[in-house]
Amino acid sequence: MIAHAIFFYTFSIIAVVSAIMVTVSKNTVHSVFFLILDFISISCLFIMIGAEFLGMIMLIVYVGAVAVLFLFVVMMLNVAQQKNQWFASAASSKHIPVGLIISTIIFFELIIVIGGWKYKPEIFDVNNSLKVSGLSNTHSLGQVLYTDYIHIFQISGMILLVAMVGAIVLTFRQRSNVKRQSYLKQISRERAEGVSVVEVASNKGVKTDD
Amino acid sequence: MTEIGLGHYLTLGAVIFSIGVIGIFLNRKNIIVILMSIELILLAVNINLVAFSIFLGDLAGQVFTLFILTVAAAEAAIGLAIIVVYYRNSGTIRVEEIDELKG
Repeated sequence: MIAHAIFFYTFSIIAVVSAIMVTVSKNTVHSVFFLILDFISISCLFIMIGAEFLGMIMLIVYVGAVAVLFLFVVMMLNVAQQKNQWFASAASSKHIPVGLIISTIIFFELIIVIGGWKYKPEIFDVNNSLKVSGLSNTHSLGQVLYTDYIHIFQISGMILLVAMVGAIVLTFRQRSNVKRQSYLKQISRERAEGVSVVEVASNKGVKTDD
Repeated sequence: MTEIGLGHYLTLGAVIFSIGVIGIFLNRKNIIVILMSIELILLAVNINLVAFSIFLGDLAGQVFTLFILTVAAAEAAIGLAIIVVYYRNSGTIRVEEIDELKG
């Protein structure tokens, strides 16, 4: 138990500090790297608590795909070195107290909800299907994912497809003065418009339109 | 102190959620950091769902975390595509200068 506490506090302190650094760091690339650190420490927490499949999926999806996507966009758009201007202009500094107040209110509301869960322990006596099954986390997750939740699973696949198509449609750009192959034009070409037979008189030659 | 229960994980989720909200409000630099703050908020929700799922012994929380992960990945892809298109059209993604709708 003491090891659990030590690892929990280590990873959660790393997660909170890197979450703060995501929001306050001047360089956007550093923000992305702190986001990666945040996801890694949270996935370590997931693995430690017993949800190892989700921890690994989180590493693969977030660190492997989403964070790299963020890095690509940051490097492509050349915004990494923009100066942080929180306190520079007077118009923007009006947002700071409002944001602080709202997030503090949200935080204390969440704390109140958590206190309600903490001081009502009989609510924990729901069916313990995880403990009695004796399977590994991945095994039991797969058993419910492909049976009870199959429709939602299919719908999430459709969401990913729509996102992929949408991203391609949004960022696809047709350049104007570039020569490229048009397959439709090539295969729909007829013999009549390409070749013509001319009668050539002797010693006259042929005039072409070049 | 040394007994880590559900409340500890929920508190961690609440802290990260609040940091994400602060990040959305305070950021004046570019929209990408706002998208990252949204990712932080989704991460806090995932922490809550997984903690409840483990401590209550119900697998539905982890399944829904999986779906939230999917939707978050799709949202990040679409959002970044929109940012790329906007940057191509207007040359900036600074939050203060995106005011064409006069909102």
